[in-house]
Amino acid sequence: MTTTEIASVGAAAPEHVPYRPPRAVRYGATAGLLVLLIAFPLAFPNPTVTSIGVFTMIYLIAAIGWNIFSGFSGYISIGHAAYYGIGQYTVALIAIHAHLAGGWGLFGLLPAAGLVCALASIPIGFLLLRVRKHTFIVLTIAVMFIFQLLAFNLTSLTNGSGGLTMPFPTWTGNFFNMPFYYVGLLCAVVAGAAAWWVRRSKYGLGLFAIRDDEERARGLGIKVTRTKLIAYAASAFFVGVAGGLYAPFVGSVYPQFGFDPTFDLAVAVLVFVGGIGTLSGPVLGALVLIPLQQYFYLQFGNANLYLIAYGVLFILILRLLPGGIVPGVTNAWRGRLVARARARQEKAEPEGTGLGGTGPEGTGPEGTGPEGTGPEDARPGAGQKDRA
Amino acid sequence: MSVIEVTDLKKSYGGIRALAGCSMSFEDQAINGLIGPNGSGKTTLFNVITGYETADSGQVSLRGQDITNAKPDKVFEHGIGRTFQITRIFPQLTVLENVHVAAQRPGFVAQARGWDSTAERERAMEVLEFVGLARLAPEIAGDLSYGQQKLLEFAFITMARPSVILLDEPAGGVNPSLLRHISERIRALNSEGVTFIIVEHDMEFVMRLCDHVLVMHQGSALTSGPPEQVRADPAVLEAYLGAGPKKGS
Repeated sequence: MTTTEIASVGAAAPEHVPYRPPRAVRYGATAGLLVLLIAFPLAFPNPTVTSIGVFTMIYLIAAIGWNIFSGFSGYISIGHAAYYGIGQYTVALIAIHAHLAGGWGLFGLLPAAGLVCALASIPIGFLLLRVRKHTFIVLTIAVMFIFQLLAFNLTSLTNGSGGLTMPFPTWTGNFFNMPFYYVGLLCAVVAGAAAWWVRRSKYGLGLFAIRDDEERARGLGIKVTRTKLIAYAASAFFVGVAGGLYAPFVGSVYPQFGFDPTFDLAVAVLVFVGGIGTLSGPVLGALVLIPLQQYFYLQFGNANLYLIAYGVLFILILRLLPGGIVPGVTNAWRGRLVARARARQEKAEPEGTGLGGTGPEGTGPEGTGPEGTGPEDARPGAGQKDRA
Repeated sequence: MSVIEVTDLKKSYGGIRALAGCSMSFEDQAINGLIGPNGSGKTTLFNVITGYETADSGQVSLRGQDITNAKPDKVFEHGIGRTFQITRIFPQLTVLENVHVAAQRPGFVAQARGWDSTAERERAMEVLEFVGLARLAPEIAGDLSYGQQKLLEFAFITMARPSVILLDEPAGGVNPSLLRHISERIRALNSEGVTFIIVEHDMEFVMRLCDHVLVMHQGSALTSGPPEQVRADPAVLEAYLGAGPKKGS
């Protein structure tokens, strides 16, 4: 048949080694992590620790949301703080104008924060997504600062640099952080489920195609503008929710902390370190880096040494695992499996094909002596490489 | 009977006239070869037909239907698939995912479902089998050799069963045995009724494969006909060798 002839086209197909760990491992790890995250504040109820937990959840939601757009489509946004800020102001303004009391009720505003951001992101995305990926990065930064300026100057709405004060919950002591933590965890799970869904869907495949080659994707029937815009709005939604959680937690909203350029960089760095475009990358990045950063801050905050420690860590990860932690580890793991599969193949091959005539060495296992010449005669390059 | 007809197409880039009132028609269910010296406007014509460039004026029609300046995704939906001069695949996706990209579904609900339905998967394996890449389906496409990537691009073009396939230099940088394989695949699809339009510089490949050859020169149609006739046409030789009537430069 014609299909067999093509073996001559390129190298023979190797035994396939999966790129991802087996499903049982992935699902098991997810479930285990979830249990750990649920148990964490119960095991460490100290407010200093749990407030690190709340910040971690806020960044986790934002990182997962950001990755749905920037990770999957390849359009890096360094301006999602626009939605972080809009989310904060949405929750604060509704709470203040509707005279809501602090406490559980404010969490009901999180979907509103997300929706306002998603709606705001559509006209913005429509304008921004007309440009190429590099230009896009610059424009996103500009948009974020436009919103910051608006927040400073629309004083009748935002109270400018005076900021807004949120109604404060009556929770006290060790309990104060708990509602924020668990609601944050719930939002992160929802964001994670959304990312997982996108990753599996036909729609998501279109996003990945856009990341790899947008023009090629267009020529295969993908509606690129619509596809990018939906992901952009979805990521704005989750970043808005993160903002909506942050505002009542710290109790106030200011332009420079809402529309915060360091938030933009932090989220991008988290995802890059964890592994951009993967499902677990943002999770790992946020769970590792945010607690570390907060810990460094608490320990060495006075001398700003924490920034140096943080920088060193960042450089180390980039040097050792340039694609991020998740791709770095899975590739290394896969590399071992591939080497093993190749060794197996090589061991099997002399028996089956090439050296049929020479006989005895086919049965002898490695290390007994005479076979040393056999396989290397047959495939010099491959044999040597394996030995190294 | 013509499948794609272009009428008086014009396209300029600054002072360069890439298409200067180009009119030609491509025969249905045939293998059409499109040749011409470098810069004669072949790729620009491809880009205009497939919506990657907008024409300044003129018309493109597919079986009588006007598709002038339709966007690339619409052109694909109309049943026209194309490859690029430089092979373009999705390097970070697996071979199988690459093929699935070309199986788009209308409607948001359908888009939200899993990326490989059973029917799509069967079709995907069928087209991979067809070009001989089925065994590499789970591998990352960027790891494939150049030739294999060319076959992959060819495979995903056929995924949605287009009625017309435009190939931009399918023989470029391809070894003879792979070229034979590609020619065979083109013939096989053509016998099922798929029309091909092939831009190619490898004359032997064109003359052997094509039923109908069209020649472009300086942005417009020079001549067309069966391969033997075009090969013997003195105007074609002139266009390639520049021995034609003086243009004053």
